Amino acid sequence: MKSPMERFTERIFLVVALSSLSVLALITVFIFVEGVPIIAKVGFFRFVFGTVWAPSQNLYGIFPMIVGSVAVTLGAAVIGVPIALCCSIFLAEFAPAAVRNVVRPAIQLLAGIPSVVYGFWGLLFVVPFIRVYLGGPGLSILAGSIILGIMMLPTVISISEVSLLSLPRQYKEGAFALGLTHWQTIRTVLLPAAKSGIVAAIILGIGRAIGETMAVIMVLGNAVAIPESILDPARTLTTNIGIEMGYASGDHQQALFATGIVLLAIIMLLNASAQLATRRK
Amino acid sequence: MDERTSPGQKDFTIGTEGVSLYYGAFRALRDVTLEIQPRSITAIIGPSGCGKSTLLRLFNRMNDLIPGVRVEGKVLVDGASVYDRDTDVVALRKRVGMVFQKPNLFPSSVRDNLVVGPRQHGLKNEAQLSEIVERSLRQVALWDEVKDQLKRPAQSLSVGQQQRLCIARTLTVEPEVILMDESCSALDPESTLRIEELMHDLARTYTILTVTHNMEQAARVSDMSAFLMMDEDRAGTLVEYAPTGEIFSNPKDKRTEAYITGRFG
Ligand SMILES: Nc1ncnc2c1ncn2[C@@H]1O[C@H](COP(=O)(O)OP(=O)(O)OP(=O)(O)O)[C@@H](O)[C@H]1O
Ligand SMILES: [Mg+2]
Repeated sequence: MKSPMERFTERIFLVVALSSLSVLALITVFIFVEGVPIIAKVGFFRFVFGTVWAPSQNLYGIFPMIVGSVAVTLGAAVIGVPIALCCSIFLAEFAPAAVRNVVRPAIQLLAGIPSVVYGFWGLLFVVPFIRVYLGGPGLSILAGSIILGIMMLPTVISISEVSLLSLPRQYKEGAFALGLTHWQTIRTVLLPAAKSGIVAAIILGIGRAIGETMAVIMVLGNAVAIPESILDPARTLTTNIGIEMGYASGDHQQALFATGIVLLAIIMLLNASAQLATRRK
Repeated sequence: MDERTSPGQKDFTIGTEGVSLYYGAFRALRDVTLEIQPRSITAIIGPSGCGKSTLLRLFNRMNDLIPGVRVEGKVLVDGASVYDRDTDVVALRKRVGMVFQKPNLFPSSVRDNLVVGPRQHGLKNEAQLSEIVERSLRQVALWDEVKDQLKRPAQSLSVGQQQRLCIARTLTVEPEVILMDESCSALDPESTLRIEELMHDLARTYTILTVTHNMEQAARVSDMSAFLMMDEDRAGTLVEYAPTGEIFSNPKDKRTEAYITGRFG
């Protein structure tokens, strides 16, 4: 028999759990209610593939922002993923305990730094560096990619490290017993065996990058045009909302919500594929 | 480097001389001296925890994976002391293969499991790799069962088939010695018998060292038996080492006799 006290506590937990769920549902519904009408009004195709974003003339095409988001995120992956993989292999396979005990918390710390700090650092060091040595305004896709590449490190490193560490010891023993070197074992046995976890890590890291706003606003230049090179400024879906939300109203405001819908769809797609990657053995 | 091309031409000896092994401060083996007959099957028997696995893993330096392990004395493989500083451990493990207690196939296809070793040792020619796949599968009498399913995930085979595939995988890198640590203990009686037959065939060309808890099995398959037991301080010592027939019918040491009658009892 449960005591009344126990039953009461159970109720409380249920209520709290349900309310957090309902808040989530509420937000989603709200975004859709606000955003869907404008998509209907402009037309889905013209909204997603329109290349002109000019709220003052009632032109709402978010294609430049989609290109911006994709470009910055891809760039971040190209920069961040190899570093993260090397780092997780090092931590899981080579690092002596003493080194691991220092590096692992340091990487966790990296995740705790506020994104505005990353943005500030990017603005002070990365942007001028690009402007001076590579040309262009400095505020650019490259700058955004570098910052986001660094920001995705903790996610990708810790999840891939865990998936390497959770492999059965028997794989390694089997490979060693065949006369494979440690490095050959990693390449031909351990990495393929941990593949699904590593893929999930990369997808989640990309999700982290595509959703980031503050740091990107500060280093990306925010021009609404389809960029032609990685040294061009660009605007992402998130920064579009972040920059204009403060003063937008009416159709304009709704169009920002609609941008949010597209972003939400992309992130849900990424999370679903991460789930799929981990589920498949 | 290439003795393997003429199997059976050359006697490949392994053994230990006064070996002690420590896990940190704990002494797991005391002063074990053992000379293994080439191209035969030697069984290591003894109660649980007496150091059988530890002894076996000396020969391919698998104990290296465990931190804090220290070895005294000599472990000899083909005349060379394998715990010397300049030993090429990778080359050693290629010559001294190992089959584990539970099948430990990699999560990839049957074929991939078999080509990993040769490929990493430098063989790139696909036709030659396919030859190795077929030859090693035939050696373990698995070819007819899986020849049409080489792409199938190796871990989806039955456990008995998996263990035979593990043996095949060991054979792909052409070792001279095969270490088997209770390699039948996870198998049903029928699969066990098949592996025992297999061991008999392989012993014509390979030196086999096997750990087993199963006395009937030791009596059936092995030519020589080594009986290991714990001392008062729990360090494993070699009590008796003799032809299997003698150990089982006429043990010289009282402790061996007690253990064997107890186990058959
Ligand atoms: N990694 C290790 N660290 C510390 N002690 C260990 C380790 N591995 C084994 N030992 C100890 O060494 C002794 C011998 O172990 P070993 O595994 O060689 O015994 P075994 O004869 O193979 O036993 P079993 O028949 O149960 O497999 C045991 O007392 C065991 O507790
Ligand atoms: Mg054992």
